[in-house]
Amino acid sequence: MRAYLPDCDLRVAATLDDALALLAAEPGVWTPIAGGTDLMVVHNAGRLKATRFLDLSRLAELRGIAEEGDCLAFGALTSFTEVREHPAVHRHFPNLVKSARVTGALAIQNRGTLGGNIVNASPAADTPPSLLAYGAELELVSPRGRRRVAYDHFHLGYKQMDLAPDELVARILVPKPQGHSFHYFRKVGTRQAQAIAKVCLAAHARVQDGVLAELRIGLGSVAPVPARARHAEATLLGQPVAALPVAAARAALLDDMSPIDDIRASAHYRSVVTQNVLSHMLRELATA
Amino acid sequence: MADHITLRMKVNGEDRSVEVHPFARLLDVLREDLRLTGTKEGCGEGECGACTVLVDGRVVNSCLVPAAQVQGSEIVTVEGLAKGDELSPLQAAFVAHNGAQCGFCTPGMLVAATDLLNRCPNPTEDAVREGLAGNLCRCTGYSKILDAVHTAASGGEGK
Repeated sequence: MRAYLPDCDLRVAATLDDALALLAAEPGVWTPIAGGTDLMVVHNAGRLKATRFLDLSRLAELRGIAEEGDCLAFGALTSFTEVREHPAVHRHFPNLVKSARVTGALAIQNRGTLGGNIVNASPAADTPPSLLAYGAELELVSPRGRRRVAYDHFHLGYKQMDLAPDELVARILVPKPQGHSFHYFRKVGTRQAQAIAKVCLAAHARVQDGVLAELRIGLGSVAPVPARARHAEATLLGQPVAALPVAAARAALLDDMSPIDDIRASAHYRSVVTQNVLSHMLRELATA
Repeated sequence: MADHITLRMKVNGEDRSVEVHPFARLLDVLREDLRLTGTKEGCGEGECGACTVLVDGRVVNSCLVPAAQVQGSEIVTVEGLAKGDELSPLQAAFVAHNGAQCGFCTPGMLVAATDLLNRCPNPTEDAVREGLAGNLCRCTGYSKILDAVHTAASGGEGK
């Protein structure tokens, strides 16, 4: 049995207003907890500084997947299993389904949440690259009201976010792709389940009249944050899919990454493999 | 701060009420407070699956679940799989195939495989592998476990 700190406390929020009021009354004191699949790992290892936890898991206001105009809106408490099972997610966002399927294994997917995957802010998380590729937007809520932030501007630095101490992620809004579009997701890990990514790349593209008209690429595990590959995207946009400048895109991709050596892979491995995954994605795009 | 909370839940079909620390883990409540020691702690970080139990019909890693979050829930542990002295068909298949060696992963394997067969009575090979992907075994090489699950799925006919 692991010893828990005797001064740990957990408060169960009955309503979203209650949760927000507590966060505002004692800023920075309460750590929100939902599925616990990240926080409890650190807690069990005795490395979690936080001792006050605010349980969000019963907040119906933060649940559910719903169509909203041109978007699909995911409550922050949407589990990976719900992402995997929802027909509208399969129809519009195959990359999100793939991301959810490779997050841990079923026991993690049943508990872990999309909002938690975002605010835990691991650069190696599996859904953020897909959310970046789809141009997702976050809706944040606090007693001061609601505001929206483009997801590709949310992560400011390692574990730093555009999120005030009294704010929660309420919903993740993802615009539904219009017309025929191309989806690509590839996670490189030591095995198919339970692995943390060495490299992850998600892309979404639209081709019009033989030319790459839209492209977003999201990267995982190669920078301090889940990152857009803006340099590579700029090299490729507007180019004919029959003659994509693959070498130039590979070179530009190096400016989108700042990989490190760690227990999972070396920086060199990450650079080369991310470039190779980009090449693979572009081959699939050219023949799609 | 409350120094304990009253946790009420249904465990293996029985209503239970227990006083626990507000941030106790479900795993510790099951093992220490309810003395259901079938559920094991392996890694304590959601990697190995030895602590797998069902909460409201879904598999979870009980080492990662604050007990307060299962207030009012229905829990099934490995102790809840047999009916009295009669093993479930899955448990019997594990025995028949020698699906357990050291046995430490077995409770989690049985709970995960029970969940799989509940959701998918005739799983493909890939579905069985995915259903058990969160449960590590260091002894068997998995093949006897997979054989046991297929046997249970086909109503006792060997693979």
